[in-house]
Amino acid sequence: MKLLIKNGRVVDPANKIDGVLDILIDKGKIISVRKNIPAKACQVIDAKGKVVAPGFIDMHVHLREPGREDEETISSGMKAGAAGGFCSIVSMANTNPVVDKQEVVKFILRKAGEEGIISVYPVGAVTKGLKGEELAEIGELKEAGVVAVSDDGEPIRSSFIMRCGLAYSKKFDLPVISHSEDKDLSQGGVMDEGVMSTILGLPGIPRQAEEIMVARDIKLAELTHGRLHIAHVSTGGSVELLRQARKKGLRVSAEAAPHHFSLTSEAVKEYDPNTRVSPPLRSHEDVEAIIKGLGDGTIDAIASDHAPHSLEEKEVEYGLAPSGIDGIETEVGLALNVLYYEKKIKLVEIIKKFTTGPAAILGLREGTLSIGAKANITILDLEKKWRVDKNKFFSLSRNTPFHGMSLKGKAVMTIHQGKIVYNNETSTV
Amino acid sequence: MDWKRKHLLGLEELEAQEIEHILDTTDSFREISTRAIKKVPTLRGRTIVNLFFEPSTRTRTSFELAAKRLSADTVSISAQTSSVVKGETLKDTARNIEAMQIDAIIVRHSMSGAPHFLSRCVEASVINAGDGCHEHPTQGLLDIFTMREKKGSIKGLKVAIVGDIVHSRVARSNIWGLKKLGAEVIVVAPPTLIPMGIEEMGVKVCFSLDEVIGKVDVLNILRIQLERQKGGLFPSLREYSRLYGVTADRLKKAKKDILVMHPGPVNLGVELTAEVANDPRTVILEQVTNGVAIRMAVLYLLLQ
Repeated sequence: MKLLIKNGRVVDPANKIDGVLDILIDKGKIISVRKNIPAKACQVIDAKGKVVAPGFIDMHVHLREPGREDEETISSGMKAGAAGGFCSIVSMANTNPVVDKQEVVKFILRKAGEEGIISVYPVGAVTKGLKGEELAEIGELKEAGVVAVSDDGEPIRSSFIMRCGLAYSKKFDLPVISHSEDKDLSQGGVMDEGVMSTILGLPGIPRQAEEIMVARDIKLAELTHGRLHIAHVSTGGSVELLRQARKKGLRVSAEAAPHHFSLTSEAVKEYDPNTRVSPPLRSHEDVEAIIKGLGDGTIDAIASDHAPHSLEEKEVEYGLAPSGIDGIETEVGLALNVLYYEKKIKLVEIIKKFTTGPAAILGLREGTLSIGAKANITILDLEKKWRVDKNKFFSLSRNTPFHGMSLKGKAVMTIHQGKIVYNNETSTV
Repeated sequence: MDWKRKHLLGLEELEAQEIEHILDTTDSFREISTRAIKKVPTLRGRTIVNLFFEPSTRTRTSFELAAKRLSADTVSISAQTSSVVKGETLKDTARNIEAMQIDAIIVRHSMSGAPHFLSRCVEASVINAGDGCHEHPTQGLLDIFTMREKKGSIKGLKVAIVGDIVHSRVARSNIWGLKKLGAEVIVVAPPTLIPMGIEEMGVKVCFSLDEVIGKVDVLNILRIQLERQKGGLFPSLREYSRLYGVTADRLKKAKKDILVMHPGPVNLGVELTAEVANDPRTVILEQVTNGVAIRMAVLYLLLQ
């Protein structure tokens, strides 16, 4: 049966549409977008007062399968994604085994296909075993279906190997996603270095540990003409480096994570291990710089860096806890609450960060409501007030510093290829 | 004043009035340790567990004696002999101990924030006996108590803390306590041992001991660890001691009534010379004596 979404405010940055329109969907494709489509022989969704956007893409997600299925499976991660408002998620390569072989890519795609509710696009490793020593068989990984390569979690220490990764990936038109961290400088740091780390007596990570690597990788992108994407930008200095690189016309893109624009290192004060994340929560100035970078287009995408961790692993001394925030189900709410309501960034700009932004970086044919496009749709209720409850997560893990926080604005329905895969009213995927 | 706190996790969260109340309470407890029968029944029937994940002689013994002199029952557990070596987590260890109906846990741990974590896991009172590079509140209190005893008042006192500031929990507890009571604090160390943003805690920073030694009322000297040298933070103990060691020669430039303190254990010949250790203005052993009284006062206030 056809699906008709009526009377919503349709915001489609790719087609420069922003107005009250109806959308008709048939056989998983968008077949019409216009005013007053008659409801004949179709299921009708009343979207009055809501925003109808192209299906959201989260380009940085850690599914823990294979390896740590107790923390997240491909299936549970997809459900969490659907509940968070996402039609597509991009899974990082640092599973166990690492996504450095075709078989692992095929495994992920097969599992994702069986679950089916949303799309999963795997990222392959840049180097074998994420060791930073030899390039992985990037050509084979591309054939199997990866949309980018990254050693995320393990920065590539050797400038030469990073150069090779950027250069070699050009052949396959794949972006190299950089987790920018100079590990020699960050040492055993567990939080931002500054007055808070001094007061708390926790080893700090200076922002320069990120900025040195961002600068290095931009220089290597200049050298190789490769495609560089900087993951989870956390400092104002990185935003500035990216701004300069863009001015020069380099093929450099970037993403920011919700926790880096909504929390500062002040949140570490009570030693809650759920605030431990890599890169760490930074200062107020950094938060402002990231928001500015999102506003002026220096940062292309918002991505959760969804990193589920088990309770056993997180309920320990701060310095022993693994880094990461289980973030995909709070991501859109934080973006709307902080960027739209508090910082007055235009809605269309925020929607770009979840649609055209990541789609362009990864070469995905989605993130638009064009006629004939896949009927991936995210419906937002900008007025909806809700409270984050980690116990209601679809994710298998609960490691969030946002539990109990009140937010305004939420993704209330997710439609993937014409099928409703999440409905907030029934809380079902 | 009415004491309301259940835990002692650090001096940062205490009000000046609360710190003074601990110091005043300490005054009344000190006398007990000078009696022939060093025991009062104040905490009879209470059980206190010393949970030490790091080696310690002074602090652990001091807490244990303090508890015993108040008639509490005490048990000591060190990480080497506990289930921690079998992989038990801090949370589980603490909850198992608590299941035996105890009233307080005194914890020493190499990880900053471990006592805070513990205080969220258990119902018992948690006393921080030193956590990582964060705080060592009872050491801070006993240092301040000793300064107040010798100098009459903390307000307006000029105190230099010398040494490995970045890794020192003693420094942080001293800074919070001294600043709250109105002292002026200068931290003295090579730039590599000064943590970022420490000025925002209200202290002055100086890289030269010679510049400040003539101007201060108290020198509180910290232990320097050889492993910091291997970490690249300074070239050698020899050079460190030449630049920051307190020698009889350097002490000549100090005020006549300067107070020289050290939380121990001392590396003689590195942070200070044997001659300085034996100088009448050096009060290291009195600090240790006061430590027992401070801990009696803390246990009494938290468990009364």
